Amino acid sequence: MKYAVTFAEKHGGEEQSTLARQMARTKRRAKLQALALIAPLMLFLVVVLVLPIGTLLARGFDNGDAAALLPRTAEALSAWNGQDAPHEELFAALAGDLKEAAREDVAVLAKQLNYHDAGMRSMFLKLARKVRTAEAPYAPSFIEVNEDWSSPRYWRALQQVMPSVTDFYILSALDLMRDENGDIASVPPSTAVNLEVLARTFTVSASVTVMCLLLGYPLAALIARSRGTAANVLIVLVLLPFWTSLLVRTSAWVVLLQSRGVVNNVLAWLGMIDPEAPLDLIYNRVGVVIAMTHILLPFMILPIYSVMKGIPPVYMRAAASLGARPLSSFFRVYLPMTMPGVSAGCLLVFILALGYYITPALVGGPRDQMISYFIAYYANQVTNWGMAAALSIILLVAVLVLYVIYNRLVGIQRLRIG
Amino acid sequence: MNERFISFEAVRKSYDGANYVVRGLDLDVAEGEFLTLLGPSGSGKTTTLMMLAGFEEPTHGSISLGGARIDSVPAYDRNIGMVFQNYALFPHMTVGENVAFPLKMRGVSKSQISERVSSALDMVRMAGFESRRPSQLSGGQQQRIALARALVFEPRLVLMDEPLGALDKQLREHMQIEIKHLHERLGINVVYVTHDQSEALTMSDRVGVFSDGVLQQIATPHELYEKPANIFVAGFVGENNVVPGEVVDIDAGLCRVRTPDGSVISAVAGEHVRKPARVVVVVRPERIVLAREGDEAANRFAGKLEEVIYHGDHVRLRLNLLGSEGLQVKLAASAITAPFSLGATIHVGWRPQDCRALIQS
Ligand SMILES: Nc1ncnc2c1ncn2[C@@H]1O[C@H](COP(=O)(O)OP(=O)(O)OP(=O)(O)O)[C@@H](O)[C@H]1O
Ligand SMILES: [Mg+2]
Repeated sequence: MKYAVTFAEKHGGEEQSTLARQMARTKRRAKLQALALIAPLMLFLVVVLVLPIGTLLARGFDNGDAAALLPRTAEALSAWNGQDAPHEELFAALAGDLKEAAREDVAVLAKQLNYHDAGMRSMFLKLARKVRTAEAPYAPSFIEVNEDWSSPRYWRALQQVMPSVTDFYILSALDLMRDENGDIASVPPSTAVNLEVLARTFTVSASVTVMCLLLGYPLAALIARSRGTAANVLIVLVLLPFWTSLLVRTSAWVVLLQSRGVVNNVLAWLGMIDPEAPLDLIYNRVGVVIAMTHILLPFMILPIYSVMKGIPPVYMRAAASLGARPLSSFFRVYLPMTMPGVSAGCLLVFILALGYYITPALVGGPRDQMISYFIAYYANQVTNWGMAAALSIILLVAVLVLYVIYNRLVGIQRLRIG
Repeated sequence: MNERFISFEAVRKSYDGANYVVRGLDLDVAEGEFLTLLGPSGSGKTTTLMMLAGFEEPTHGSISLGGARIDSVPAYDRNIGMVFQNYALFPHMTVGENVAFPLKMRGVSKSQISERVSSALDMVRMAGFESRRPSQLSGGQQQRIALARALVFEPRLVLMDEPLGALDKQLREHMQIEIKHLHERLGINVVYVTHDQSEALTMSDRVGVFSDGVLQQIATPHELYEKPANIFVAGFVGENNVVPGEVVDIDAGLCRVRTPDGSVISAVAGEHVRKPARVVVVVRPERIVLAREGDEAANRFAGKLEEVIYHGDHVRLRLNLLGSEGLQVKLAASAITAPFSLGATIHVGWRPQDCRALIQS
């Protein structure tokens, strides 16, 4: 009897381990199959998304290879303390390097030096030309080009471009810089523009979000309450803008809002404004907010609508049967129940608004341009990839921070709604 | 006691302007009464309740509560508690906040609120659940919270629309008894909607049976079961065998009905039954008993046994009798002495007062 039991146990155990092995094998195969299936997509994502964005962002820290171009100067500068008056050793090192450097490389370097000390570009190119024919001692030829070569000023700029990685662009994007001692300090107010642009970007985005919420919430409620054809027509009206080019929609606002445009004409015809003094509705903040609100409105309406759609009317009836007047049942019951939609809509609109480019560029004035405009400006107009990348990083970080906050909030909300 | 605490007068309701879903409802409910509206799906029960609660307006007629017309009183001012089919507890509030909600709306002071909330939760035996979310409760627990919320502000009237529909059978029966006890203890009015007839019979003081927007009969559960007013009620409440026939004789409330196969049944004459008239005789399966050959009962017939189904406490027979294929007989298991054999001829009978002749509409 005992023997039989052990046998059965043993037998059962064997069977079990075979089963486990088989299951593991099937699972492994399924996993490999899944991986093989998604591999092309992953590859595609890496090639078209992760790599380009990664390289772009890396540019924000890339300082070029000045040290390879000017190896002797790099060595001499590392021995220099940054305070003393420059001595012949430095002059000789730089002159030697410049004699051997290719012209194109020097031009690139000159441009980069210009970021650190405006006006240095042409001076440095001139120096490079002159030094090719100069003989030791070199100091006088340098000072002949610009007498500041005898002070630490230009040498410090050179020192800045030597490391291959830099925080210069990120700091500049935040209106910060390294002072003589290498500490982080604010840039002089005359050159500080980026923080203002950042603040403006946030202000415009926030105003657009608020406007979208104020307009979108009642509209979403209306759609959620309508039935049949009416609801379908309203939804199509909300979605209609998606099927029209962004450029067309923005240009339409130009037509509507310009000083002799439809809106001003109608107001004048109604006698509400003086025809000689039309309202300034475009090429300023008002125009930007109006046009962006219109374009981003669907992104507010749709998430709110989908949440409202899921709230059965019985809750409002329950509130009324318990004695809640319409206003209190709205604020105490309906609004809290639609909060997940509201926060999703606000987040979506705010994030989209942060990166908006075309609309402010077309209907805004010079003081309404947002961060994307400056990214495009640095990338396309002055080919300063470092700054373009640094501003992009800041935008990306802002979006990520918002996303994390949202996740927290919605996490809490989920808990509340369960 | 006010005999006309709630009163519907010639109330009609149409949603689309073409069809009436409630047609000419006249209904009085006495103070403290537990009234159930019973009827098949789509018969207008919820609509009637919604008009009383103030969520729908009667197309014609008027409704009064406690002697005053309430047609123009908005729902939030009617002071009527309501329990919904799916409870409608606010998901973003805790149990405590849910129950406190009607008190807050009435501006009750904070200390009063917490006192009354905990006594309401005590009443439904849910004390200690204040800080839970509705989603963390079982169906039966949510039901009790909904009940506490509808009762905490001490309304004169509580409406319940299939409040137990989502619960399983056992819990439903348990909650039926609890609601019944609460009603007795608090002495409030309850108007209760269900399409479950056993629920209606066990809980109510009176039951109103709806069909097609018409109140077919309103009566105590006993009367409804024993004296159905028409064929619809006879078929809807409990089980009934239906045998068509023609009245051949009527005398002192008893009539004789000839069936198509020529037999004659003695039955209580229902309303409007005259001679001659086409009627149906309704008789409940449990009122039919086995008869011995040679018994001289008034209604005694022989038929072929088609089917026997054993139910434990009782046995159901299906007989081919009086020209109808499926006459059901329900026998207590203890009444059966010998085994049945299919196809055999069986003698059954019932007393005339156990069957009714009703006008065929
Ligand atoms: N809001 C409405 N709009 C249009 N028709 C409605 C509306 N509510 C109900 N009806 C119709 O009125 C009729 C009666 O509905 P009601 O809800 O009163 O039935 P009920 O007796 O409660 O049925 P159930 O047992 O299924 O709940 C049905 O035919 C229904 O389709
Ligand atoms: Mg209903």
